[in-house]
Amino acid sequence: MSALNPHDPASPLLLEVENLTMRFGGLTALDNLSLQVPAGKVTSIIGPNGAGKTTFFNCLTGFYKPTEGSVRMHHPQRGPMLLNQMPSYHVARKAGVVRTFQNIRLFPNMTVLENLMVAQHNALQHASRFSLAGLLGLKDYRQAREAALEKARTWLTRLNLLDRADTVTGNLSYGTQRRIEIARALCVDPLLLCLDEPAAGLNPRESAELNELLLYLSREHGKGILLIEHDMSVVMRVSDHICVLNFGHKIAEGSPQHIQQDPHVIKAYLGEEDKDTEEAAA
Amino acid sequence: MGLLITQPKGAAQRLKDGVGAALIALVLGVPMLGLATADVGGALAVITRWPLLAGFVGVVFVGRLFFQWLIDIFSLRKKRREQARPAVAKSRPWLTWIGFAALGLAVMLPIAFSGNRYVIDTATTVLIYVMLGWGLNVVVGLAGLLDLGYVAFYAVGAYSYGLLSTHFGWGFWQTLPVAGLLAASFGLLLGWPTLRLRGDYLAIVTLGFGEIIRLILLNWTEFSGGPNGVNSIPRPTFFGLPFKPDSDDGATFASFFHLEYSPDHRVTFLYYLILALALLTNLFVSRLRKLPVGLAWEAVREDELACKAMGINVTNIKLSAFAIGAMLGGFAGVFFAARQGFISPESFVFSESATILAIVVLGGMGSQLGVVIAALLLVVLPELGRDFSEYRMFLFGAAMILIMVWRPGGIIAKREPTLRLGAAA
Repeated sequence: MSALNPHDPASPLLLEVENLTMRFGGLTALDNLSLQVPAGKVTSIIGPNGAGKTTFFNCLTGFYKPTEGSVRMHHPQRGPMLLNQMPSYHVARKAGVVRTFQNIRLFPNMTVLENLMVAQHNALQHASRFSLAGLLGLKDYRQAREAALEKARTWLTRLNLLDRADTVTGNLSYGTQRRIEIARALCVDPLLLCLDEPAAGLNPRESAELNELLLYLSREHGKGILLIEHDMSVVMRVSDHICVLNFGHKIAEGSPQHIQQDPHVIKAYLGEEDKDTEEAAA
Repeated sequence: MGLLITQPKGAAQRLKDGVGAALIALVLGVPMLGLATADVGGALAVITRWPLLAGFVGVVFVGRLFFQWLIDIFSLRKKRREQARPAVAKSRPWLTWIGFAALGLAVMLPIAFSGNRYVIDTATTVLIYVMLGWGLNVVVGLAGLLDLGYVAFYAVGAYSYGLLSTHFGWGFWQTLPVAGLLAASFGLLLGWPTLRLRGDYLAIVTLGFGEIIRLILLNWTEFSGGPNGVNSIPRPTFFGLPFKPDSDDGATFASFFHLEYSPDHRVTFLYYLILALALLTNLFVSRLRKLPVGLAWEAVREDELACKAMGINVTNIKLSAFAIGAMLGGFAGVFFAARQGFISPESFVFSESATILAIVVLGGMGSQLGVVIAALLLVVLPELGRDFSEYRMFLFGAAMILIMVWRPGGIIAKREPTLRLGAAA
């Protein structure tokens, strides 16, 4: 099925989803889904509305407990761990799987910089010795704080947000908020970054910048990227591997070129009979 | 009732609204004012008072027009302010200056009003509420957890001192940390099972907890003295020097400093004591707010789900807010018991919780200075209104409504960022 070689040293296997099933009462949102996500590559999940894409993310990141199946993260240092048995905050803290949300979830009354500092909470809280060293202003804590600020500054610079650092996030435009959410996720130091429709509401120039950012993160930083996206200009340009869902089933998987020609995918997106629109889908 | 409209109305709409109000007044006024019963030659007869009714309807119409006009002006001004608001959060140094000015005034107050026991007593009460407000601000203002039973922790602190001092002879300073820890553990005890609840449900459970504590204190007579409370609680001493008239058994505050004994000494000392405790609380809380834990409190208030996705253990963060808020309430309780010398469950009723919550909400959620202003208003307004006797609470309520119409987000609604890239560089 998968063209992936898990032992490829350039892109080692990061996430392994096996037979994942999620049922809500009588509704099967995900049906026996299996998927492999490597490091250093962009893996996209596409499909019509209601196909189960966001449900899949919720199962990965501990927000839902899957009915059946397993989600295994191969952490390079800490070894394999089962995400479907962890509380959601452990998924980010221990396994290094960090997500963004389809409907932006920033901390709207806090500044951009504060948002990025909250993302580094665990490291800072540890350095502040659960606030004791922080209350006294000890050197260890001050150094950790400086390092956290530096990391925030790095990502702010990379995402062109530096001049917005002290702005209250709720006042910023939609596209900027999307970038902040990605910057905030990056401040958690994820191994696997799960982006839920990051291009929604972006203008063409902003989408192009997003493409470039996704390629930079996967190629230069070796991060695994799992992408849910409707914007095909993003999906087809950056994806190394695409998985197509429809009604909770995986209907196709493969390279962008392969997916564009897959009859099941065309059928799912455009219906059956109309042969003329095949070109438009591609 | 269009009391809290945000959209300014035009003149025509205002007129329509006024006519509507006048019509309602007419309908209600006919039986209540237009018709009256009178004793006419020994028989009961109905008389009409149409001029009075007309006057009443006229007053309602004009009053409603005026009221709407005021609201319009307020909302227009607010709109203009919002438009003028810059995108980048500006620092507001004048707020800090107001804070320091208030501190200066607070320090000078007993000197300026020396001998005026009423003023100093009232100021002490204000400071107790300021301290309680700062404590609850951690829970409600920063962490966004609605706690309607905060007075329970105040009671735990007060009874800790009351019982430990009368039964075991503990001093004020000895009891202070123990009572704080005890209150904090009650906070954890309450928080552990309930913090997974959200919003309204948490509010109801905390309300119940507050009542449980009060009812236990009221009914467990062997332990707490029941409705009789705890009597003759020892007053705090000045580093071992008691405040009492000169006597043969040991030095007193007056004899040690070669002063004429005066009961004002203790009142003044208590005032400075609560001032110091409140300042420590303020220092502690504002420092915590800048630490990771404080930032996480605010993040949990803003978006719990996003916090989880960032790897934050939301339960622990909420528990820490609850425990620290409870601890500060406990400290205030110890002071309260030491100041009163007598405590009973009467002092820890729900209306106290409501007052403290009102202070936090009125002051502006999360604002330290706002709490001070609101505590001042809530304690001093009813005191000033004493001349109006039974209209006191009415005036008080009206003032609260006006403040909330004027500033829906509280007196100091704007949040000050905890750190800036510019300043950190």
